Amino acid sequence: MIGVTHYLVVSAILFTLGVLGIFMNRKNLIVILMAIELILLAVNLNLVAFSAALGDLVGQVFAMFVLTVAAGEAAIGLAILVIYFRSRGTISVDDVNRMKG
Amino acid sequence: MSPILLIVFLPLAAAVIAGLSNKAFGSVLPKALTTGALFVSCALSWPIFIQYLHGAEQTVVPVLNWMTSGTLQVEWALRVDSLTAVMLVVITSVSALVHLYSWGYMSEDPDQPRFFAYLSLFTFAMLMLVTADNLVQMFFGWEGVGLASYLLIGFWFRKPSANAAAIKAFVVNRVGDLGFMLGIFGTYLVFGTVSINEILAAAPNMHGSTIGFLWFRADTMTVLCLLLFLGAMGKSAQLGLHTWLPDAMEGPTPVSALIHAATMVTAGVFMVCRLSPMFETSPVAMGVVTFVGAATCLFAATVGLVQTDIKRVIAYSTCSQLGYMFFAAGVGAYGAAMFHLFTHAFFKALLFLGAGSVIHAMHHEQDMRFYGGLRKHIPLTFWTMMFGTLAITGVGIPAVFGNPTAFGFAGFHSKDAIIEAAWAAGVPSAFWVGVFVALLTSFYSWRVVFLTFYGTPRWAGSEHIQHAVHDAHGHHDHGEVHDNAPAQEDAGHAPTAHEILHDQPHEGTAGYHPHESPWAMLVPLILLSIGAIAAGFVFHGFFIEAEEGAHFWNGAIAFDAHLMHAMHGVPLWVKLSATIAMLLGFGGAWYAYIKRPSFAGAVADNFRVLYTFLLNKWYFDELYNFLFVRPAFAIGRLFWKAGDEGTIDRFGPNGIARLVQLGSVGTARLQSGYLYTYAFIMLIGLTAALTWVIAG
Repeated sequence: MIGVTHYLVVSAILFTLGVLGIFMNRKNLIVILMAIELILLAVNLNLVAFSAALGDLVGQVFAMFVLTVAAGEAAIGLAILVIYFRSRGTISVDDVNRMKG
Repeated sequence: MSPILLIVFLPLAAAVIAGLSNKAFGSVLPKALTTGALFVSCALSWPIFIQYLHGAEQTVVPVLNWMTSGTLQVEWALRVDSLTAVMLVVITSVSALVHLYSWGYMSEDPDQPRFFAYLSLFTFAMLMLVTADNLVQMFFGWEGVGLASYLLIGFWFRKPSANAAAIKAFVVNRVGDLGFMLGIFGTYLVFGTVSINEILAAAPNMHGSTIGFLWFRADTMTVLCLLLFLGAMGKSAQLGLHTWLPDAMEGPTPVSALIHAATMVTAGVFMVCRLSPMFETSPVAMGVVTFVGAATCLFAATVGLVQTDIKRVIAYSTCSQLGYMFFAAGVGAYGAAMFHLFTHAFFKALLFLGAGSVIHAMHHEQDMRFYGGLRKHIPLTFWTMMFGTLAITGVGIPAVFGNPTAFGFAGFHSKDAIIEAAWAAGVPSAFWVGVFVALLTSFYSWRVVFLTFYGTPRWAGSEHIQHAVHDAHGHHDHGEVHDNAPAQEDAGHAPTAHEILHDQPHEGTAGYHPHESPWAMLVPLILLSIGAIAAGFVFHGFFIEAEEGAHFWNGAIAFDAHLMHAMHGVPLWVKLSATIAMLLGFGGAWYAYIKRPSFAGAVADNFRVLYTFLLNKWYFDELYNFLFVRPAFAIGRLFWKAGDEGTIDRFGPNGIARLVQLGSVGTARLQSGYLYTYAFIMLIGLTAALTWVIAG
């Protein structure tokens, strides 16, 4: 029987992988964006799991909001990325700090 | 204080002082101390011997209680009887003379105190062996002489061949010692005591009993005697365990004379004679002793025929003479065995010291092919060597054709006694071997004399001589040229048949002038010559005559008066056989090396297979190399590579070390200094902890 615990463990693993993607990646901004998506999805999974377990739809509604925000965040992030690549010719993470004014 | 205590412990004290002072007193004082101690021992030994000639009783001088454990009680006591007295005079006399001789022979060596300390230590151990009151004490002396022998063979330790020879002597002796130890254990098991007197008293009662040995039941006394005899074979270089003796010639020549001719190698004979009542109870063991002795006798004499290194010839001769002693003991003629031991000590020490004198004169050249014509240059050495050769070949007039008493050099009396005893005891095979070997003995002994002292000089071919001549007789810078004397006595390689047959030695002197040895070396030679001439004639009555012998031995050995009596009753041709064999050998040597010098080479050419076989010493070294040495190395390499390095080291120390290394490298990677790494690690920890709390 798959219980809420299993969902929580999967979500914890996904979350950790997402954090790992941000911290260990020194090359590529796109991977960071993907990792952020992964973290948000892990949180979503939590929300949905608890929602189902507790019989409360608020959690699933909340997950919908999170998805929306995530989509917006990805769109903005990718837009910045494209602009950045045009002006600098690189998307290396280490160089991003040059965006400081 | 009993003189025997002084005799035994003076050499020890001298050895300790000379050895531990380590050149603090220079070299003269340790030399004088050790030599003086030995001469005192010698002077005290002869009166004891003379007492026993007049039939004194056995005495035991207790020293201390060594160990007591349950029923095992080992006393430290010095036992003196006629057998010990014989050994005492042999050991102390030869040792004292060798000490004196070494003053001359070793005068250029930088390590003289060490040498003399070893010599004295050896003498102490040997005296301990012969005065032993019980088997454990005898074993102590037995190992002591083995140790001293090892140290002295390897005295020139910068020479790899000397080290190899020393190790070989030690290891081969271990094989025999294992047998000796098992024999002692077995004796204790059977008799419940290690005291020689008690064992010998109880031995006849054990006749016919059996003991479980390995996987079968065997006659008790046969097992014990054969185990003990294995020890004797090792020490006395009998066939099978003889391989160390020729190599031991790597040591300085005085060592060869003292240890590997006169004393230590006779320890086996001494042991068999000491335990003769035990051996008497086992006909099988006696048969084995006879067979091994006769086989060694024959083997060593044949090899001695073709060797070219003067010391090796004498070494094989020693081996062969030891064979004589053993088969004399084997046929029950212990008196004759001890008699030959006694006379052999004098003439063989003489021959070795004479050879040392020749080597000294020829600038450390040992190969007889480069000698020749030395008679006129070193006359005293020549004459003493001549007496030694006359003694070993057994020149004398047998008691036949109305001649009432036999008269001759030392070896004549003792060797003829052995040969006659072999016939009288009804062992004709041993008799024929004895006669044939007498011929061979005569041949190789005269060969040494003829090649060395007669003919024309062939010195020019020798590298040592050329070195000496080119050095413009620079004898004084020896100390710096040969530190630790590496050029001395390289007896190492056996020349191949090819070298000997086709490498014609250069004739001529190369302008070299041999010099007679100093008096320190000549005096021992002269004194030993007296022994070689007279020891047989003067003492033969005490050792081998039926009545006098029984009186002299007085129960010290299983003296068989009937056998000794029967020796006089042997047929005429038996009495003459040894002398005839001796004359034939002499004639052969004379023909081959004086009359027609090309004859020897021609014979060698015609009997190439036999010659090569003998030159390579019956391929014993090669056989042992194949059978024991290489498998031992292979097993050793297996344990070393696969066992030790591959398993224990790999998973033990090295494995743990590598694990720690890997762990530290991994840990160091975590310690990156970046905040996000630590944050991530904390996150992982947090996640893991939460997961464990929730899911676990």
